[in-house]
Amino acid sequence: MTDVTDTAAFGPGGERHTSGSLLTESARTRKRNAAEKRFKAYGIGAIAIAILSLVFLLTSIIGDGASAFRQTYASIPVTLSADVVDPDGNRDPEEMSGVYSMSYGSLLTDSLRNWIEQEGIQIEGLTDADLSGFFSNEAQASLRNQVLDNPELVGQTVEMTALTSSRVDGMFKGRVSEESASRDAKTSVAQFQLAEAMRENGTLVTRFNSSFITKPDASDNRAEAAGIGVAILGSLYMMLIVLVLALPIGVAASIYLEEFAPKNRFTDIIEVNISNLAAVPSIVFGILGLAAFINFAGLPRSTPIVGGLVLTLMTLPTIIISTRAALKSVPPSIRDAALGVGASRMQTVLHHVLPLAMPGILTGTIIGLAQALGETAPLLLIGMVAFVSTYPGAPPAGFFDPASALPVQVYNWTQRADPAFFERASGAIIVLLVFLLCMNLLAIYLRRKFERRW
Amino acid sequence: MNDMNIVERNVTTDTFKITARKVQVYYGEKHAIKDVDVDILDKTVTAFIGPSGCGKSTFLRCINRMNDTIDVARVEGEIKLDGENIYDKRVDPVQLRAKVGMVFQKPNPFPKSIYDNVAYGPRIHGLARNRADLDEIVEKSLRGAALWNEVKDRLQEPGTGLSGGQQQRLCIARAVATAPEVLLMDEPCSALDPIATSQVEELIDQLRKEFSVVIVTHSMQQAARVSQKTAFFHLGNLVEYGDTDDIFTNPQDPRTESYISGRIG
Repeated sequence: MTDVTDTAAFGPGGERHTSGSLLTESARTRKRNAAEKRFKAYGIGAIAIAILSLVFLLTSIIGDGASAFRQTYASIPVTLSADVVDPDGNRDPEEMSGVYSMSYGSLLTDSLRNWIEQEGIQIEGLTDADLSGFFSNEAQASLRNQVLDNPELVGQTVEMTALTSSRVDGMFKGRVSEESASRDAKTSVAQFQLAEAMRENGTLVTRFNSSFITKPDASDNRAEAAGIGVAILGSLYMMLIVLVLALPIGVAASIYLEEFAPKNRFTDIIEVNISNLAAVPSIVFGILGLAAFINFAGLPRSTPIVGGLVLTLMTLPTIIISTRAALKSVPPSIRDAALGVGASRMQTVLHHVLPLAMPGILTGTIIGLAQALGETAPLLLIGMVAFVSTYPGAPPAGFFDPASALPVQVYNWTQRADPAFFERASGAIIVLLVFLLCMNLLAIYLRRKFERRW
Repeated sequence: MNDMNIVERNVTTDTFKITARKVQVYYGEKHAIKDVDVDILDKTVTAFIGPSGCGKSTFLRCINRMNDTIDVARVEGEIKLDGENIYDKRVDPVQLRAKVGMVFQKPNPFPKSIYDNVAYGPRIHGLARNRADLDEIVEKSLRGAALWNEVKDRLQEPGTGLSGGQQQRLCIARAVATAPEVLLMDEPCSALDPIATSQVEELIDQLRKEFSVVIVTHSMQQAARVSQKTAFFHLGNLVEYGDTDDIFTNPQDPRTESYISGRIG
C-alpha cells in the first residue's frame, strides 16, 4: 500500500467527484437521465411506427379482400326448354352434350325476362345485352353440367341459383355505383336498377363464397368465378416437397458440419458459402431451377415438383443456419457426459444433442417453409405463372401436373383488368397470411412443447 | 498444515493400473503437458493437485482420450491401461471410455429421468439382457453412489430436478453403471456446498474398493482427505508424485512446498 499516494484516490486534479447534496441532481446526472429518456422515446417511437404500419397493412388488405369471400347469386325459376337443350328429343346425354353453354345462356336470359314480366318490374332502357350480361358465363356452364347430369330435368322449370356477373356482384360490394355504371361498357344504369329491384325483392342474395377457396382460376371475362383452389393445392404440394427434401438434407448437413467435420479451410469455405446462399436473391434460384430442372433434367414446367425443388434449394440455407445455431446452443457438458459414458459420436448426437436441439430445428424449418410459401420470383421463372384451370392429381403423380401457387396467383390477378380480380388478389393474400400465421403459431407451439431446461 | 486432517491409510495394492510415459500434450502451439511419467495404482485414490492452468485436468482427460474431441489437441507419448497403450491406432476411444469412466466438474445429468440417466451407459454397451437386469444395475449403481435411498421413489422424475450434490452423485452413479475399471473425476466437488462435498468425498472413499480413482482437485485439504497418492503439477510438469502423507508433510521439491504452504497458486 505504500506506493499509493493520497492524491491518486481523487483523480488527477485531486478533486472529489461528489459535491453538494444527494437530494439535488447534479448537472452530470441530469444529462445522463435526459439521454436515457431520449433513448427510451426513440424505442417507443420505433415500435409505434411498426405497429401503425402493420395496422395499415392489415386494414387495407382486409378492406380490399374481405369481399372476395362473399359472392352474389340470383335465384330465379329457369325453364329448361326441350327445344333448346335437347333438339333431338332423345334425352341422351351423349347427344345433349352437343349443345354448347351459349344456348344455356339464352335460357337464362329468357327466364330472367319472363321473371321480370311476372314480377311486374318496370325498368327503362333495359336491353337484351343487360339481361344476358346479368349472369356469369360460369352460370351457363354450371346449368349445362346440371342438365347433363340429370337429363330428366329437361322441359321442367327449376329454381336455379345462378352466379351473377362481376359487375352485378360489384354493385353489392360498393365497387360499382349507378354513376360508374353509366360510364361502363360492360354494365348500364338499367342493369344496376334491375339488380337493386331484385335485391329488394330478395331474389339476389350475397352469401359465403366457398368456391373462391375451392375452385380453380378463371379466364379474364369470368372474374366472378375465379378461385384459389389450384393455387392452394399447388402451394401445399410444394410445401410437402420442400419439407420432405429440405428438412433431412438440411439437418444432416448441419449435424455433419457442426459435430463431425474437422475445422479446416475447406469447411470454412463451405460455411461462408452457406451463409452467402441464404442472402442470394430468390430470382437467382429461379434461373437455376429453369436451367437445371427444366432445361437439363427435362422436368415439366409449371409443376409443383420443379417449384418444390427450387424452393428446397432456397430454404436449405435457412434450415442449415438455424439447425446449426440450435446444435450450438446445446451445452457441451451434455456431449461430454455422453462421450464420458462411452457413447459414440453418433449416439451422442442422436440420443442427446438432437432431441435438445429439436425445438430450434423445428422453428427454423417452419420459418423456412413460411418463407418458401410466400416466395414468388423463382416460381415465375419456372412457369408457375401459367393459367391453370384444372386441378393437379393426387400425389405423387400430381406433383408432375401443372399447378399454380398462392403468391403467383396474387401476382397474376393484380395484372388483370377486371376490378373483381383485384378483390380476389387481396382475398388470396388474406388466405396466404392465415396460412403463414398458422405456421408461425405451430412453430411457437412446438418450441414451447419441446423446450427443456437444464 | 496442522489443520489438515490427514488420514492414515495403507495403500491396499501395488499393481499399476495406469502407466504413463513421456506424455506430451499440445493445444495448437501451446505445450500444455511436458514429459509426464506417472504410475497409478489399482484400488487407490490418486489426487492431482496444482495451480490453475497447470495441466492437471488436461492430463486427466488424456486417460480416457476426451482430448480427442478437441480438434487442436495433440497427445504424444504413451499411456498404458493394464499394459495396453490406449493411444494405439487399434484402440477405439468408445471402448476405452466404457472402461475408464468420468465425472465432470459441473454436474451434467442428461435432461432425462433419473433411471434413464443411469441406464443409458448399460443400454448402449449392452450390459443388461433384460429389463430386470437393467433395474438391478440401476439400483446397484445408485446404491453405489449413495443416492438410492433419496431417489428410489422417484426414478422417473428428471435428473435435472435434483439438488447439485444429488446431481453429482447421479453422475457418479451413471459413470459407475457401465462397470468401469478406472474412474476419473475432474474437480467433482467444486460446484457443491460443503455438506454435499463431504458426502461425495465419503463416496469416493467407498469407490476405492472397486475402482482405481483419479481425482483432480483445487482443494489441498480435499486431496489430503480422500487420496492415498498425490501428484503435484506445475506449469505442465509433474513436479512431485508420491504418498499423500509424504507430499503434504515432507515435500521434496521447493515448488511443492511453496504451493502447499500457499505461496504459489
